[in-house]
Amino acid sequence: MDNGVFSLGLKLEDESKWLKNIIVYAVEGEIPLRHKVRLRTDMNRLLSLLFHQGVLDEQFLQLQQLQDETSPNFVSEVVTIYFHESEKQLRNLRNLLLDREMWDYVKLIIHLNQLMGSSSSIGAKRVRNICAAFRGAVEQNNRSACMRALEVLEHEYCYLKNKLHELFQIEQQRVLGDAVRYPGVLHP
Amino acid sequence: MGVATDSQFHVLAVDDSIIDRKLIERLLKVSSFQVTTVESGCKALEFLGLHEDDEINANQPSVSPNNNQEVEVNLIITDYCMPGMTGYDLLKKLKKSSSLKDIPVVIMSSENVPSRISRCLEEGAEEFFLKPVRLSDVNKLKPHMMRTKVKEAHQQNDQEHIQERQEQNQEQNVETPEAESQQDANGNKRKSMEDGAITIQNKAQIQWWPICRFD
Repeated sequence: MDNGVFSLGLKLEDESKWLKNIIVYAVEGEIPLRHKVRLRTDMNRLLSLLFHQGVLDEQFLQLQQLQDETSPNFVSEVVTIYFHESEKQLRNLRNLLLDREMWDYVKLIIHLNQLMGSSSSIGAKRVRNICAAFRGAVEQNNRSACMRALEVLEHEYCYLKNKLHELFQIEQQRVLGDAVRYPGVLHP
Repeated sequence: MGVATDSQFHVLAVDDSIIDRKLIERLLKVSSFQVTTVESGCKALEFLGLHEDDEINANQPSVSPNNNQEVEVNLIITDYCMPGMTGYDLLKKLKKSSSLKDIPVVIMSSENVPSRISRCLEEGAEEFFLKPVRLSDVNKLKPHMMRTKVKEAHQQNDQEHIQERQEQNQEQNVETPEAESQQDANGNKRKSMEDGAITIQNKAQIQWWPICRFD
């Protein structure tokens, strides 16, 4: 598993890249319109892709609608909690499956239900669906299917996390860009 | 006692999932409700001031709902699947409590199980929401809270009327009842209507229930 994936926060090279961009803007004193447009298009393009792939569903849009000036970081706050909780559950699942003899099916179902619920709450459709399939495999006592399901689940989760990080990076660039353009109007 | 000085309603949200708590809190705040979130049925009962031992208090009239509470709660929304005390268990406990049974309760669940839904509604839940809960669901909550507030206001009014009458009737020594629940009032009104002619002689023997409500 990639080292950067399970750590929270931006990857180092990405961080310095957008920081550099911001410094350039600060010096020049203005964001070129083409760049603003590009950022917004990038974000929309990425969102469309994720919807098209079924990675996200309209519940994610609901989250975005709940974000406003009174709670400007709502989506990233919720998603950060989701990452934290999900990784805990994934570790639990893996530990339970590592037991060579007896699998604790009850605990497996409990953790799966929790992961399923939180995934559905943030609109992570694919992760949620894989949890459902995983749960089916547990209920049928199908050990090999369970192992496969766990692998797919971890892979899907990684993909989701990477993409959401990308989304937040683009958003942050846009926000910081606005802050430079309109000094004093900084989001809390 | 916490009296709502503004028209804001206070909702108590119960969910063991931290993400769902954050979500429901935001949904409720966006809809201009005051929110308290707790992670379990036990914590909810604690917050409401209900302890395991004082479930049914037969001597307490059903009119005053805020005996044990520090803060007024206008609606309770709870998840169904929770470890320990489920949302259904919590609902049952609330409905058994004379001081809390009038607070409207809404159940949320990620599973669409018809028998579960009907069981909750039968036990007295006002609504059953499927998760993830949307803004359109939260918009359905206000009528339930308003209805209870109106009922409370009427009961408050009635109590004041009774007290006035009690003072008036003190010299005449006529028995006057305490305020009671709607169903009793309706039932007794029907009874007094059926009784037909009630003379002044037997008035003192018959208990009068002058308060009657049809809403």
